[in-house]
Amino acid sequence: MPASRLRRRLRRYGLAWAGGAIVAGWILVAIFAPWIAPFPPEAQDIANRLAAPSAQHWLGTDILGRDVLSRLIYGSRVSLLAGFSVVLIGAAFGTAVGIIAAWLRGWGEEALMRFTDLVLCFPPIILALALAAALGIGTTNTIIAMLVVWWPKFARLARSLAIVQRSQEYVEAATVVGLPQRRILTRHVLPNTFGPIAVLCTLDLGIAILTFAGLSFLGLGVVPPTPEWGSMIAEGRELVEQWWVATFPGIAILSVVVGFNFLGDGLRDWLDPKAASR
Amino acid sequence: MSAPVLDVRGLVTVFHTDAGPVRAVDGVSFAVGKGETLGIVGESGSGKSVTAQSLMRLLDPPARIEGGEVLFEGRDVLTMSRRQLTAWRGAGAAMVFQDSLTGLNPVIRILRQVTEHVVAHGRMDRRAARRHGIDLLRRMGVASPERAAASYPHQFSGGMRQRVMIGIGMANDPKLLIADEPTTALDVTIQAQILDLLGNLNEKFGTAIVLISHDLGVIGTICQRIVVMYAGEVVEEGPTAAVLEDPRHPYAWALANAVPRLDSPVAERLPGIEGAPPDPLAMPAGCRFMPRCPWRLSRCGAERPPLVEVAPGRLARCWVTADGRRLPPRTEPLHAKPPQPSTREPLLVARDLVKHFPLPKKTFFGTREVVHAVNGVSLHVMPGERLGIVGESGCGKSTLARLVTRLHRPDAGDIRFDGQDIATLNGEALRRLRPRLQMVFQDPYASLNPRMRVGDILAEPLLVHGRAASPAEAAGRIASLLELVGLNPAWAARFPHEFSGGQRQRISIARALALEPSLIVADEPVSALDVNVQAQVLNLMLDLRERMGLAYLFIAHDLAVVRAFCDRVAVMYLGRIVEEAPARELFAHPAHPYTVSLLSAVPEPGRQRIVLGGEPPSTLRLPQGCAFRARCPVAQRVCAEPPPLTEIAPGHRVLCHAPGSLKGAA
Repeated sequence: MPASRLRRRLRRYGLAWAGGAIVAGWILVAIFAPWIAPFPPEAQDIANRLAAPSAQHWLGTDILGRDVLSRLIYGSRVSLLAGFSVVLIGAAFGTAVGIIAAWLRGWGEEALMRFTDLVLCFPPIILALALAAALGIGTTNTIIAMLVVWWPKFARLARSLAIVQRSQEYVEAATVVGLPQRRILTRHVLPNTFGPIAVLCTLDLGIAILTFAGLSFLGLGVVPPTPEWGSMIAEGRELVEQWWVATFPGIAILSVVVGFNFLGDGLRDWLDPKAASR
Repeated sequence: MSAPVLDVRGLVTVFHTDAGPVRAVDGVSFAVGKGETLGIVGESGSGKSVTAQSLMRLLDPPARIEGGEVLFEGRDVLTMSRRQLTAWRGAGAAMVFQDSLTGLNPVIRILRQVTEHVVAHGRMDRRAARRHGIDLLRRMGVASPERAAASYPHQFSGGMRQRVMIGIGMANDPKLLIADEPTTALDVTIQAQILDLLGNLNEKFGTAIVLISHDLGVIGTICQRIVVMYAGEVVEEGPTAAVLEDPRHPYAWALANAVPRLDSPVAERLPGIEGAPPDPLAMPAGCRFMPRCPWRLSRCGAERPPLVEVAPGRLARCWVTADGRRLPPRTEPLHAKPPQPSTREPLLVARDLVKHFPLPKKTFFGTREVVHAVNGVSLHVMPGERLGIVGESGCGKSTLARLVTRLHRPDAGDIRFDGQDIATLNGEALRRLRPRLQMVFQDPYASLNPRMRVGDILAEPLLVHGRAASPAEAAGRIASLLELVGLNPAWAARFPHEFSGGQRQRISIARALALEPSLIVADEPVSALDVNVQAQVLNLMLDLRERMGLAYLFIAHDLAVVRAFCDRVAVMYLGRIVEEAPARELFAHPAHPYTVSLLSAVPEPGRQRIVLGGEPPSTLRLPQGCAFRARCPVAQRVCAEPPPLTEIAPGHRVLCHAPGSLKGAA
C-alpha cells in the first residue's frame, strides 16, 4: 500500500516541519524583539492595569499595567538563551566526559561514570533548585545550576555510543594506519556519535526551557523587572478573573516545548539509518 | 519427467520503491519434478531470494507479484486464499532460511517449534507430536534429541540450529523443500554435514529440493539441475555437470570460472568479469549482461535475447550461443611469478604467541571464565611472501591478525618485525612502526568511516605521518592510489556509501597501500564479496604484490581462495597451528587429519567427503593433549598426550602423533 506509506511519511515529516516553523518563529521573535514589541517591556501604566485584551493591548496588561504581548516577546530572549546555553554547554561537556570514559576503559572509566551516576541520583529539579538558591537569584546563576544537573545524561548517552564505535573496524583501521588517539577520538568516534546526541539536544531544549521557566516561577530565575515567561505566570497565578496574564505565557511555553519535540522526533526519524537507506 | 511438483511460469515480482518500480523477478520460469533437486544460483541482487519468497507468497508491500503462475501439483499458489495458503505451506512446500539465529524464536523450546505446525494443522495430539518431533530431530542428526527438544535455540550452535530449522521444514513431510542459502553462515565442515543431510532427505524421502545459493560448489554437490539468474532473469538452465563444464551464457561462464577451485593451479590469476550488475531502475533494453560481456555482438545492445534451447535439455538467454555454439574455454591465465627462494632474513617472526580474553564474571563470587583465543602460535613471513592462515570460525585466526598488527598486545611470546621486537612496543614507537605493517579488514561496510569522504580517508595517514605536507599535496598521491586499485580518481570526493562492496574493499586496500608498507595483514578480505568481485579483488592483490613486492599474511576460512592466492599455508585449530606447508605440498599431501577432512569438506562436485562429526570444542576449556582428538576419526590412546611438531618434508610441519594416518579420498 504505497498510499498509506506516503501518508505516514507526510505526517511524520509534516509534524517535523511544523515544529521547525514554531522554533524558527520564536528565534526570529527573540532576535527582533525591539522592533516587533509594541511597547517597552518594563513601561508601567498603573491607570490601565489589568486591562483585558483590546486593539491597543492585544494580550492585555498585567498588574502594573505593562503590555503582556511586549513582555512575552522580550521574555522569549531569556527563555531561548537559557535553554540553548544549558543544553549546548551541557551536551558538549557531557559528551566529552562520556567519550573519554569509553576510551579510557578500566579505572578511568569507572571513576568518571560513577561520578556521573552520583550526580544522576539526585532528582534534577530539586538539585538545581538547591544550587540556584545557594548561588543567588539571577539568570547566569540559574543557568549554572541547571548545567550541573544537565550534563550527566549526555555523558551516559555518549559513552554508550562511543563503546559501539570503538569496536568498529574503521576505528581499528585508523589505529593501524597510526593515527594518534586524540585524532581518532575527534575525527572518527565523535562524528559518528553526533546523530543521536543532536536528537537528544533538540528534544532537551524544550525541557530545558520548561525547567528554567519553572525555576523562575518559583522566584529563582530572573531578577524581577526583567520579563520572563515563568515569572509572568507566577505574577498572574492568583488572578482568576484576569486570565490573560498567566495564560499567554503558558501558551508560549507550551508552543516552544511542542515545537522542539516535533523537531526532535523528525530529526530522529531522519537520522535513523534504516530510513536513510531510502 | 512426470508431472512436475512445481511449475513456475513467467513469474514477475516488482518492488515499488520511492525511486520507481524495480522488477526484481522478471519473467522467471522453471519446473521441479518429483524428487528432483534444482539449484538456483546468482550473485546478490540477482533476484534468487525474491523468487523463493514469491513462490511461498511471503512478500510484503512494497513488493508485489504482478504476473505469472506458480503451479504446485497443478494448483496456482498465486490465487490461493489466505486459508488455503496456510494449509498448503508446511504440508505442500516448506522453506528453510539462511539465518538460523533469527529464524528460530528465542523464547520457545525447540520441541514446540518443531511440532507447532503438526499440532496447528490438527494432525496429531500433543503426545504423538512429541514423539514425532523427537524422531524428526533424530532424523536430522541432532545429537541426543530428547535433551535437545527441551532446550532453547541459544543453547545450540549454528549448525545444530540449521538442523532444527530443516526439521521444522520437514515436520509435515512436504513434497518440496525450498532452502535459501542454508549453509552460507556456516563453517565448511558444518556445511558439509548440512549438505549431506539435505542430500539424504532427497534420497530417502523423495522430497524435491530447491536450493538457492551464490556458491556453485554448494549447488553442484547436491543438485541435478541448475538455474542461473542474472538481473532478475533466468539466463541459463540445464543439468548441473553440463552447465559447470560447458556454460552457454557468459555470466554462467564467469561464475563457473571465477571460483577458485581446489584442482586449479596454485597462486594464479582468476578469470573474472569486470563491472557490476545493471541498475535495476534502468535496465538496458537489450541483453542485460551486454555491458560486461567480453563476447558481445552488435545485436546484443538492441534486442533482448530470448531463453531458447541451445542443446538438448539446455536453455540459455544469449545471442552468441543461440545457434548452439559454445563459449571459448577459459584461457590459461598468466602464472604469477613463483616466489624467489629467499636467503634473506624473514620479515616477520612470531614465536609462541598467546592471547586469552577474560570474560566478565557471571556472578560476584563466580570464577572468571577465559576465552583461549591463541595458544602458542609461531610463524614467519619472508619478504614478498604470501602466507595463508586457514581455519574455521573461533579458531583464533582473527585474533592472530590483530596480535601481529599489534591491535592487541600478546599475553606471552614475541614478535619480531624486520629484526625489531614489537610485541611490547607502545605509544610513539608503535606509531612509527605502523606505516610498514598494514591491515585490510573483512567487512567492507564497517571498515570505512561513513562520515568521511574517500579522499579524506586516504589523506589522513599521509598527513599524520608527514608523507604529504598539505592536503593539496596529498591529493595527487590519492589520485594515483585510487588509480592503482582500479578506481576513478575523481571519486575521491564521494562518501563510502556510494560504493559497492568490492569497490569499498579496493578503497581499504588503497588506504593500506598509502604508507607503502612491506607487509599487509588481510583478515578475510574477500569473504563478504560475490564470487566475481572476489576474483577481481584477489587479482588486484596479486598485481600489487608483483608491482610493489608486498608480503601478505592472508587469513581466510575458504581453502580454495587460500590455495589460489598463497605460497605457503598454515592451518589453525583451537588457537594453534596444526599444519604448515608450502601451498602445493599442503593441498597435494595433507598430513594432519583435520586438514584432510577440511579439504574433503570443500563443496565441489564429485568430491568424496569425510564428514567430521561434532563441532569444535569450546575455547573456554582447552582439551588435554591433542585439541582435535574429540573429532578425529583416527584418534588413538596416545593422543591424550600433547602431540609433537614433526617436520615430515622440507617446510612441511605437522602437529600430530600420527601424521598422514587419515587418507583423503579425493
